[in-house]
Amino acid sequence: MIRSLHRWPGLIAAAFLILLAVTGTALSVFPALETVTTSQASAQQNVAELAAMVQAQHPSVEQIKRAPTGKITAWWFDGNTAASAVVDPATGKDAGSTDPNRLEQWLINLHRSLFLNDNGRMVTAAAALAMLVLALSGALLVSRRVGGWRRWFARLRGPWEGRIHSEMARLAMPFLLISAVTALWMTASTFSLLPDDSAYASFPSQTSGQTGFDVAQMAGLQSLPVSQLRDLTFPAAGDATDVFTLTTDRGMGYLDQGTGAMLAWSDNGPWAQVGEWIYLLHTGQGAAIWGLLLGLMALSIPALAITGALSWAKARRGRPALRGMAAASKAQTLILVGSEGGSTWGFATTLAKNLQTAGQSVHMAALNSFAPERYRHAERIVVMTATWGEGTAPSSAKRALERLAEASPSVPMTVLGFGDSSFPDFCGFATSFETAARAKGWELILPEQRIDRGSPQEFARWGQAFGAKIGLALELHHQPSAPKAQALSLLSRRDYGEAVQAPAAILRFALPKTSLWARLIGRGMRFQAGDLLGIVPQGARIPRYYSLASASANGFVEIVARKHPGGLCSGQLMALQPGDSVQAFLRPNPDFHPDRGTTPLILIGAGTGIGPLAGFIRSQGNRRPLHLWFGARHPDTDLFYGQELAEWSENGQLAGLTTAFSRSGKRHYVQDALRQDGEALRELIQLGARIMVCGGRDMATGVQQALTEVLAPLGLTAANLKSEGRYAEDVY
Amino acid sequence: MQMKSILSALAITTALITPAIAQAKTVTLATNLTQYGGNGAYLAYYLTDANGAYAGSLWMAGGKAKYYRHLSDWARMTGGNPAEVAGITGASIGSGQGGYLSLDISDALFDAGYTLHIDAAAEDMRESPSEIAVPLTSKGAGKPVQGSRYIADFTYSF
Repeated sequence: MIRSLHRWPGLIAAAFLILLAVTGTALSVFPALETVTTSQASAQQNVAELAAMVQAQHPSVEQIKRAPTGKITAWWFDGNTAASAVVDPATGKDAGSTDPNRLEQWLINLHRSLFLNDNGRMVTAAAALAMLVLALSGALLVSRRVGGWRRWFARLRGPWEGRIHSEMARLAMPFLLISAVTALWMTASTFSLLPDDSAYASFPSQTSGQTGFDVAQMAGLQSLPVSQLRDLTFPAAGDATDVFTLTTDRGMGYLDQGTGAMLAWSDNGPWAQVGEWIYLLHTGQGAAIWGLLLGLMALSIPALAITGALSWAKARRGRPALRGMAAASKAQTLILVGSEGGSTWGFATTLAKNLQTAGQSVHMAALNSFAPERYRHAERIVVMTATWGEGTAPSSAKRALERLAEASPSVPMTVLGFGDSSFPDFCGFATSFETAARAKGWELILPEQRIDRGSPQEFARWGQAFGAKIGLALELHHQPSAPKAQALSLLSRRDYGEAVQAPAAILRFALPKTSLWARLIGRGMRFQAGDLLGIVPQGARIPRYYSLASASANGFVEIVARKHPGGLCSGQLMALQPGDSVQAFLRPNPDFHPDRGTTPLILIGAGTGIGPLAGFIRSQGNRRPLHLWFGARHPDTDLFYGQELAEWSENGQLAGLTTAFSRSGKRHYVQDALRQDGEALRELIQLGARIMVCGGRDMATGVQQALTEVLAPLGLTAANLKSEGRYAEDVY
Repeated sequence: MQMKSILSALAITTALITPAIAQAKTVTLATNLTQYGGNGAYLAYYLTDANGAYAGSLWMAGGKAKYYRHLSDWARMTGGNPAEVAGITGASIGSGQGGYLSLDISDALFDAGYTLHIDAAAEDMRESPSEIAVPLTSKGAGKPVQGSRYIADFTYSF
């Protein structure tokens, strides 16, 4: 509901909002320019002094006006010719032309009315209303995504379009809200939909009838600082019944030209006072810095429109049509999908096609449409669902729990959860759904199946297990976005661990040759340490991922691999000789990049997990203190990068190095080393240090426990740091 | 720009009521504006009698009453009351453009000491009260009068 309230106004109003944002940003520059280029009145100067100075220069002065930016303009007559000038308040002398800035005027008219007067104003007001709806619905979506208002600035994950969209939105949102609300107020005021209680004093019926009182001596002007002046209109020459008309930021009134006395005064009402603030907030007139900030924030609108449309298109594309799909009432297998960004639909389609090949009739639909009473020929229900934020339902499964509660159990069901194990509540929604189904009495085939970070291997394994249960041979080769692999040729290898029958190696490949053209259009291979190298082993279709230990700037592609007993890919890698090549492609892994800060970085790794950490040390230079805790088996067998680590410690690139060996001497794990160094770790964390962990799953869990113990005196946990984006993991 | 509205009668403005419409003549008011370079100008057309007192409004070019206070002579005489121009308002006139207006004006108002005033103002620019103040006479018809700020010239004719 909220999502469609966000999507449709966004898509419809996007073009107008982009136009309003760009013109608004351009306009925000003018008040600042005007403030800087015009000479401002001193704080002590009063209106009587200013008026007298201007009158001395131009005896026939008719009107003096002060713009909110401080620019003072005077109008007078030279003989019969109307003349005007911007006035220097210090001298009363002319300081510039009053010709309006054509560009600014053009922009204002485009911005507020599209050159279409009142009709245009209504269109722009509708766009402002759309922006208000977008900002409010967007705020709800962000809060839902991060798991609550208090986590407003929590780190975001997911596809880049959506992430950038939310990141910009949560920063710009207050400003966009202010722009929208003030725009609507100003339009309402222009169309007289708001009470007009701005000061209006009726013209005095009695005047002294005399003329010629010295403007410099008028008490009402002497007590008024120039900064509060809006307008001073002089009496018409030769009309003894006319008066001085004074408008200030508080109200307006009249002064007698024969006595200088204040004849009448009226104050602005509350609506007019609020209106002045609204005008200032929207235009930046009189608050130039604020205006520039607002203009800058408005630039997020084109970017929000583009990234918003992209995520929408991606989610739509991500929901593929299934050829030969059976109706829900006829299908043997029902595949119900809970997806937010659309990637789960891809997995569901792979399963659906496989089942179809195996002769099954399949129906695939959003989990929201869960209605077992309609599934008359169903033999089983497969629920495949992602989780949104902290354990909440993704958009295509919002009503799923409700539907489940209403339905009575029928055919066997299986729930496959998709999620990211580095989140505190891994596959939280899949678990809630499964628990609710079990409580309702559903028969569950293969309970508690989870796929971490879209792993094609885990999905294939699940497929085998699921196929065995239902008596079908399923081979699920899911390649989320089939990247084009290219050949990487091995430059050199450094071997470890052969003596203890645990061979491992640092493999260095040459960067593939890219044409100049490909590099110019940015298609060359560009990567950082921590990104992933997908290697497609011969005789298999599913790639295996290795964390990169080098950046493209290093000029080579480096990984650390260990041979797994019976492992197809690791076996092939271990057999590579310099000159041999493998098929590989890159997958960015931005969640495991060091941030750009200068606070200390705590690197924790074990075994081949040293790879990306060594890559970070190599690329970070001496920019920030780096501290490495590294766990290996034995100093003689698998102390990867031992030589470099010694060099980096010596030349200061590595501020601290602690190694723990699990199969020598004290039998230390890296967790034990962390517990020992608790004091040092606490100090680093208090300096704002960030933690990056790479290694096996058990080691990562152990490290989390150890750190939670170590940080307890600070009132922090690993989970706290994670939610602040200060704890990143790359786990395999 | 052409001011398209044709005014059938000024019966609304009490001071200008004509005993019978037959005793009125159709008068064309032609106003040409200078290139003052701002947004559309508001113009108030109104009459004062031989004593200089407000007699009634003929036309208001400009639709938003909240800005009428900047037509300062007209506002001073009418108290800025938008009811004075209810039913006889049209669009503001742009810089460098002309406005043409046909009105039925009672014969009794000609050669009787009445003066036709035009106040002008535009957004963020100077106020120009009584920029035109021309006696309403049979002889004056067809003779252009120069303005000084917004109005290049003004002619009434029949």
